[in-house]
Amino acid sequence: MLEGLQDRLGRVMKTLRGEGHLTEYHLDTALREIRLALLEADVNVEVVRDFTERVRERALGKEVLTSVTPAQMVAKIVHEELVRLLGGETTELSFKGRPAVVMLVGLQGSGKTTTAAKMARWIRDRKGLFPLLVPADTSRPAAREQLLVLGKQANIPTVDTRDMDDPEAIARRGLREASIKGYQVLIFDTAGRLHVDDELMGQLLRLKEILKPQHILFVADAMTGQDAVRSARAFHEKLDVSGVILTKLDGDARGGAALSVREVVGRPIVFAGVGERIDALEQFHPDRMAGRILGMGDVLTLVEKAQEVVDEKKARRLEAKLKKNKFDLEDLRDQLRSVRKMGPLQQVMEMIPGMSGAMPGGGVAEGQERQLRRMEAIICSMTPKERRHPQILNGSRKKRIARGSGTSVEEVNRLLRQFGQMRKLMKRLGKADPRSLKRQLGIRQSGR
Amino acid sequence: MARTILDKLKRGLFMTHTEFLEKVGETFRRTGPVEPVYLDQLEEALIAADTGVELALRLVDELRSRVRSGKIQTAEELRPAVREQLLGLLQETGAGPDTRPGGPPRITLLVGVNGTGKTTTAAKLAKRKKEAGKSVLLAAADTFRAAAVDQLKVWADRIGVPVIHQHEGADPAAVVFDAIAAARARGIDEVLVDTAGRLHTHANLMKELEKVRKVAGREVPGAPHEVLLVLDATTGSNGIEQAERFGATAGVDGVVLTKLDGTAKGGVVLAIADRLKLPVRWVGVGEAVDDLLPFSAGEFVDALLETAG
Ligand SMILES: Nc1nc2c(ncn2[C@@H]2O[C@H](COP(=O)(O)OP(=O)(O)OP(=O)(O)O)[C@@H](O)[C@H]2O)c(=O)[nH]1
Ligand SMILES: Nc1nc2c(ncn2[C@@H]2O[C@H](COP(=O)(O)OP(=O)(O)OP(=O)(O)O)[C@@H](O)[C@H]2O)c(=O)[nH]1
Ligand SMILES: [Mg+2]
Ligand SMILES: [Mg+2]
Repeated sequence: MLEGLQDRLGRVMKTLRGEGHLTEYHLDTALREIRLALLEADVNVEVVRDFTERVRERALGKEVLTSVTPAQMVAKIVHEELVRLLGGETTELSFKGRPAVVMLVGLQGSGKTTTAAKMARWIRDRKGLFPLLVPADTSRPAAREQLLVLGKQANIPTVDTRDMDDPEAIARRGLREASIKGYQVLIFDTAGRLHVDDELMGQLLRLKEILKPQHILFVADAMTGQDAVRSARAFHEKLDVSGVILTKLDGDARGGAALSVREVVGRPIVFAGVGERIDALEQFHPDRMAGRILGMGDVLTLVEKAQEVVDEKKARRLEAKLKKNKFDLEDLRDQLRSVRKMGPLQQVMEMIPGMSGAMPGGGVAEGQERQLRRMEAIICSMTPKERRHPQILNGSRKKRIARGSGTSVEEVNRLLRQFGQMRKLMKRLGKADPRSLKRQLGIRQSGR
Repeated sequence: MARTILDKLKRGLFMTHTEFLEKVGETFRRTGPVEPVYLDQLEEALIAADTGVELALRLVDELRSRVRSGKIQTAEELRPAVREQLLGLLQETGAGPDTRPGGPPRITLLVGVNGTGKTTTAAKLAKRKKEAGKSVLLAAADTFRAAAVDQLKVWADRIGVPVIHQHEGADPAAVVFDAIAAARARGIDEVLVDTAGRLHTHANLMKELEKVRKVAGREVPGAPHEVLLVLDATTGSNGIEQAERFGATAGVDGVVLTKLDGTAKGGVVLAIADRLKLPVRWVGVGEAVDDLLPFSAGEFVDALLETAG
């Protein structure tokens, strides 16, 4: 998962490390590798070309050429450009108007209907507003039933439009119902369509005129390859899209489409879909996404999730501990326990620094659940003192723990090794100047 | 064939003809000696079609060395050379519909990540088989997604084939068990199983597919006779991971490439053919029930090169 970019950049930076100053030749080598890494992550070729060009221009500026640490400077530029390309800051949607209308558009199967329900729930629970769902996909079989079911699951009022066959009429009815009943946000789910389908694209434009939406959100699949640029551009040219939602980020797609779509639409990515469940929606954080693409654990998201599931005080303590590097085995056990409550395991593991790579089979192997339970058993068989000070674990203590937990000394050792790796990573993350890539890439000071 | 893949793809190209594509197209229109930049452009064209970096670099390196050794001398020879490379990759897999007999009932599973077109393809295949004179039954083994069963039921009604389903949240393997029993009782030739979309990274959901497989195999010797990975043509390099993981757990032995009526080239099937030798069997070219075509390697490659140049 996602290691490609990190490995590549890491390798590039290693070859640059130790150079007293950067020559154009070195820069070309680095840029070539950066280009391949981005292409492998499915960033569009055109976007990659612009990106490397910008990195080159900045790198050739005298700040880099005269710097004593050119490799770090290039790394910093790559990271900064990546975050910038992803939109810089997190965008928080606001909802104004009576009702504020949100229109979801996109290609077939990208996740519009699911996201409509997720967003409605999010708007109600996080914003304290009353949303109304309006299913307007009159073409796909049972598309409206799908939203009705989801609305019911989330306990969100959903207009039953099954007796209607004209999306424009549905739009007018939705507006009427929302204003009569006083709903504050109207979420309008449209049928999936191809950007080359003139007739259906024209229909979206007419719907836009009727609905006068505050937000037109383009829903894009994170697994999309090179075509992301073409579809996003076409939707944007037709509708002047105001934001993007990236779905299916719970998979192992490298997510280069995020860069591509963001670049051509030029509007923020506002949400990330991270699962099929109705609560699997997160705000999109460009800096975290850049970190994710670069293969670092996502500490902040983990903490945020923990706040939802575990109690808030505990989560805050964890955050503080992560920052101060006081994270011990007791905390790990707590984490392992709440992990099961947090949803798809693999997704959570990826958020724990050092764990995505530490899990057998690259983090997605079979039997992970079981593995986790074994890890938990091992920690449970330790004394509180051992959990807080794992360094006291000698041979005989380990044997006892292995026996107590029904595992082996080898497994105990493995757990301790993983824990050690996690702590090391956290230490680095905790100290890292967030703008600097050098620690994240594991680049050590070259003694100068 | 009334409509070819080429027609569909050309439409897509016409609508989104960009400067970029024009520039890449130049590669194939050039004459005279091969300049290094032509090969660079070709490499970009392949990557832009989602063949993946690794494959694109390898194919173009191969061409480069042929140019160096004088086997390719002019730019006009480039296009046929690439065509041959790509065609070779696909033909090696035995592309095209699976004609192996099985059953009765012959069991086909449709699997894949979320939203690729499994349910629609199940309906399309059911119609084709019915028109070919087979009796067909659909099994609604997506018991998870909201209204997935309703969706398949609407299709089944339209085509006029029976559908076996259970309540939401039911065990998919139990649905398959029921479907096989029903097919036996009614003397049905073919059972098409629509499964829930799932990301290959979710181990527990992949386990579920293993169980479906096992139940099918226990009930009908040699079943499932065909396991189709339904792949969205817009998919990037992640398609390779999908094929690998679904291949390993669900025993995928063929690919359906959907949504080829858009502007995506679906080049990831080349990487899949290269790496896993999985044949593409069908292509989806629209949302209507007749929008399914047998895969033809020649047409696909021509369409890819046509639009790339
Ligand atoms: N794993 C995962 N699956 C998702 C996510 N979002 C949506 N899905 C799934 O993707 C599939 C398609 O989602 P839909 O919401 O039906 O997509 P749509 O864009 O409305 O599709 P059409 O209306 O047919 O164009 C379903 O199986 C959803 O459960 C996500 O963030 N992660
Ligand atoms: N343009 C086009 N759309 C297609 C094609 N095949 C399927 N679709 C559309 O893609 C969307 C998803 O199709 P489904 O059949 O529901 O996909 P699925 O794989 O069953 O989805 P899940 O069960 O949610 O994982 C629907 O809107 C279909 O109409 C195709 O070949 N071309
Ligand atoms: Mg929908
Ligand atoms: Mg389906």
